Amino acid sequence: MTTTLAQATDRPPAAGRAARARVGRVLPAAGWALAVAVPVLFLGVFFVQPVVEIVGRGFVDDGRLDLTGFADVLSRPRTWRVIGQTLAQATLGTLGAVVLGVPGAYLLYRCRFPGRDALRAFVTVPFVLPTVVVGVAFRSLLVDGGPLGGLGLDGTLTAIVLALVFFNYAVVVRTVGGLWERLDERTEQAARALGASGWRVLWTVTLPALGPAIAAAASLTFLFCATAFGTVLVLGGRRYGTVETEIWVQTTQFLDLRAAAVLSVVQLVVVGAALAVTGRARARTERALSLAEPGRGARPVRLREPVDAVAVGVTAVTVLGLLALPLVNLVVRSLRTPTGWGLDHYAALAVPQDTLAVSAWQAAGTSVRTAVDATVMALVVGGLVALVVSRRPRRAAGRRAVAGLDALFMLPLGVSAVTVGFGFLVSMDAPLGLDVDLRTSPVLIAVAQAVVAVPLVVRTVLPVLRAIDPRQREVAATLGAPPGRVLRSVDLAVAVRAVGLALGFAFAASLGEFGATSFLARPQDPTLPVVIFRLLGRPGAENYGTALAASVLLAALTAGIVAVCERLRRPGIGGTW
Amino acid sequence: MTTPRGTRAALAAATAVAALTACSAVGSAEPAATGTGDGSGGTVTLVTHESFALSEGLLDGFEAESGLSVEVVQQADAGALVNQLVLTKDNPLGDLVFGIDNAFASRALDEGVVVPVDVTAPAVQDAAGYAVPGDDAGALTAVDVGDVCLNVDTAWFAAQGVPAPTTLESLLDPAYRDLLVVPDPVTSSPGLAFLLATVGAFGEDGWVDYWAGLRDNGLQVADGWSEAYYTDFTAGGGDGPRPVVLSYASSPPYTVPEGADAPTTAALLDTCFRQVEYAGVLDGAANPEGAALLLDFLLSDEVQADIPVSMYMYPVSSAVDLPAEWESWAPMADSPFEVAPADVAEHREEWLTTWSDTVIG
Repeated sequence: MTTTLAQATDRPPAAGRAARARVGRVLPAAGWALAVAVPVLFLGVFFVQPVVEIVGRGFVDDGRLDLTGFADVLSRPRTWRVIGQTLAQATLGTLGAVVLGVPGAYLLYRCRFPGRDALRAFVTVPFVLPTVVVGVAFRSLLVDGGPLGGLGLDGTLTAIVLALVFFNYAVVVRTVGGLWERLDERTEQAARALGASGWRVLWTVTLPALGPAIAAAASLTFLFCATAFGTVLVLGGRRYGTVETEIWVQTTQFLDLRAAAVLSVVQLVVVGAALAVTGRARARTERALSLAEPGRGARPVRLREPVDAVAVGVTAVTVLGLLALPLVNLVVRSLRTPTGWGLDHYAALAVPQDTLAVSAWQAAGTSVRTAVDATVMALVVGGLVALVVSRRPRRAAGRRAVAGLDALFMLPLGVSAVTVGFGFLVSMDAPLGLDVDLRTSPVLIAVAQAVVAVPLVVRTVLPVLRAIDPRQREVAATLGAPPGRVLRSVDLAVAVRAVGLALGFAFAASLGEFGATSFLARPQDPTLPVVIFRLLGRPGAENYGTALAASVLLAALTAGIVAVCERLRRPGIGGTW
Repeated sequence: MTTPRGTRAALAAATAVAALTACSAVGSAEPAATGTGDGSGGTVTLVTHESFALSEGLLDGFEAESGLSVEVVQQADAGALVNQLVLTKDNPLGDLVFGIDNAFASRALDEGVVVPVDVTAPAVQDAAGYAVPGDDAGALTAVDVGDVCLNVDTAWFAAQGVPAPTTLESLLDPAYRDLLVVPDPVTSSPGLAFLLATVGAFGEDGWVDYWAGLRDNGLQVADGWSEAYYTDFTAGGGDGPRPVVLSYASSPPYTVPEGADAPTTAALLDTCFRQVEYAGVLDGAANPEGAALLLDFLLSDEVQADIPVSMYMYPVSSAVDLPAEWESWAPMADSPFEVAPADVAEHREEWLTTWSDTVIG
C-alpha cells in the first residue's frame, strides 16, 4: 500500500509516506462509509421514517405511549382468523409454487430445447403484472359462465392460491434454476455409473444439493404471498382477508391507526421470521454456489427418461393451464367489440380517453419515464448495498452488520404498501426538515417504486459479487491497482451482466407497480396501471374493452423488457432468483 | 481486456437508460408540484378522488380567465380521501377539496378539514338544497349528486320470461335466488351507499335481517363496483352470470346497443340512495382566494353541464340541461332512501362491522 519509493517530494520521505499511508487507508474507508451512507439515508428517509411515523401515530395517544391497542386488537377473534388465513394462504401458495416450479427449473435451466429463452421470458411475465390486470384475467375466466366457470372455483381459496402460484412461479423457477444450471454434474454421473436410476439420483444427489436454493425460493415466495393485497381482495374479497388487506381496511376506510399499527407489527413479525429463514437458506445457497462450476450440463430433452417426461408434463400443464390461460383470456376479451371481433379497443389506446386528458399510449410514456427514474435510483442504491453486503468482514460484529444491512433492505417487500403510502403523507411534507413538499411531486412515485425495486436489484447482483474469489481482488491489489481500479476491473466487470438483469427486473417491476403508488397523492400525469384502473371505474362496454387492451399493452411492455434482459444474461452469471 | 458481446449490450442498455433519464420525470424541466402554491395567487391546488374528470379544455379556460394555474392532485378513492385529509390537516395537500360525499361529510366537518367561504355562482342556491344538516356556515358546498340504485338486465329477464324485481324486498323472493351482486360496502363507496339505502329502508332494527335474507338468497359480494359490474353482471360487457347489480341511476344509457334506441338495462328507482358530492376550501390552504374562485367555477354552468359527460353524476344546478339520453333513460329517483349524515358519522363503523359479521362471516 505504501510503496511510494521513487516519488520525489519536498517533504521528508518519512512524513510523505505516513501521509500517503493515511490517505491510502482513509480514502477507501471514506468510500465504504459513503457506500453505506447513501443507501441507508435513502431507505431511512423514504421507508423507515414514513413507516415509523405512521405506525407511531397508532401507539401515541395525546402524547403518551399507548400500547393497549395490542390487547384490544389481539383479543378480536377476527384478528386471529386473519393471521391464520394469511399463514394458510402463504403456505399453500408457496407449496404450489415449489411443487410446480422445481420441475420448471429443471426443464428451463438444465435442458435444451427450441424456444427455451422465450419460455424463460414468458414465465416471468406474471411476476411483474399488476394485480388489477390479473384480477380481470382470472375472474373473468373463473366466474360462472366463464370458460372455466364449471369448475366452481370463483371466490374460493383455491382461486386465490392459484393466483398466488401464478405470480410466484417465476421466483421458484429462477431461484432454483440459477443454482441447478451450475450444479456440478459429475456427482450425478458418478451415481448413475454406479447403477442408480434417474429418480434415485434426483432424490439422493440432486435435490439435497438444491435444498438451500429451494428453501430460499420458498421463503421469498412465502414473503410475496403473505403480503399479497390486490390478488386476495379481487379474487376472494374480505372473506379471505389477510393481515395486509386488514391493514388496508383499517387505514383507508376506518382511519383506525391504532388497529393498523398493531397489525403492522404483527405483519413485521411474520415477515421478520420469513426473512430470517430466507437469510439462512440463502447463506447456504451461496456456500453451495462457491463449490459449483458454471453449468455446462444442459442437454436436449429426452422424453423417454421418466424424469424428463414428468418435468415436461408438469411444466406444460403449468405454463399452458395456469400461466397462459388467463393471459390468453385477457387478449381474447380485448379483441371482442360490440359488433364482433376487431382491434377497436387497441385503436382507442391512441385517443385521449375523453375526460382522462391522456391516451393510454401517453400514460405508457409516463409509466416508462417514471420507471426509468425508479430504476436509476434502485440501481444506485441496490448496487451499493450489494457491493457492501458482498464483503466478508473479518470481525464477527462486521459480519453481523453486513447481514443486518442485507435484511434491512429486504423489508420493503414485507411492509404493507398502504402503511408506506400513508406514511409518505405524514412525513413527506418536509422531509429531513427541508422546505420541499414531496407529497404531490411525481418524484415521490418514482421513489416509492425504487424502494420496492431495490431488494430485487440486491438479490440479482449480490450473488454474483459474492461468487467472486477474493483472491482475484488481492492479486489485482498486489499488482499495484488502487482500490477504485480493483473495484472497476474486478467487481464491476463481473457484475455488469447481473446489473443488466437487475435493470430489467427493476424496470419491469416499477412499470407495473400499483400498490404503493395507488395510495400516493397523484399529480395530473397518470401511469398506465392508473389509467387501466380508471377505465375500469367507468360505465360503458368501450371503457371496459379499452381497459383490457391497455392491460395487454402493459403485459406486452413488461414481457418485452424481460425478454431483452433474458438475452443479456449469460449462463453461469447472473442472479440466483 | 476483451469485452464479451453481452457485456457491451448491458453497458449499452445502461447508457440508454442514463440517456432516457434526461427526458424522465425527474429530469424534466417541469417544476415539482409543491401543492402549497406561493401565496401570490399563482397556483391553486385541487385535491380530489380518482374519479374526478372534466372535459378537455374546461380547466384551461378557467386558467386563462382567472390567471391562476390549476394543479390537480388525485387520491385513491372517495372514502380514503377524507381520511387522508384528516391525516394531513396540519399541512394540507392543497387548497380546495372536491369529492367528499354525504357518507363522509360529517367526519370532514367534525375534524375541521374545511372552512366556510363565500360562493357567488348562481348555482349556489341549488347547492344549498343539498347542504349537510348542521353545516350552517356552509363549509361544504354540494357540486353534484347521483343515485346509487340496483340495475337489472331487462333483456335477460325478458329472455327468461321472468318479471324483473322492482323493490328491495322482492330480492328476498326465492325466484331471484343467486341473481344479485353488490360491491363490498367496506371497500367501495357505492357499496357503502347501498348499505345506507337499506338502513334508510328498513331502519336501524331491520337492515341486518334484510341482509341476512339476501345472504341466504344467494347474494354475491364483489370487491368494488367495476368488479361487480364488469365481471359479475350479465350486461356489463364481461358476460357475467348475475342480472341484478348495484350501480347508478345513470348507468342504463351506457347499455344502448349499437343501432338500437333503447338500453338493455334499467335502474330500479325504488332502491336508491342519493350520493351528494361536496367541495370545500381546506383549512390552512395556501391560496384560499384561488380556492374560492375554483369552487365558483365548479358551480358554473359550463362545469355543471359537463358533469354528466365527464363524471357520470347529475349537476346540482337546475339551470343546465342533461344530455338527451339521460333525459330519456336516466331519471333520478323520486324519493331515494335517506340517512342523516350525523347518524352515518356516528354509526358507520359499527354498521360496517355488523354488515361484515352478517354477510362475510
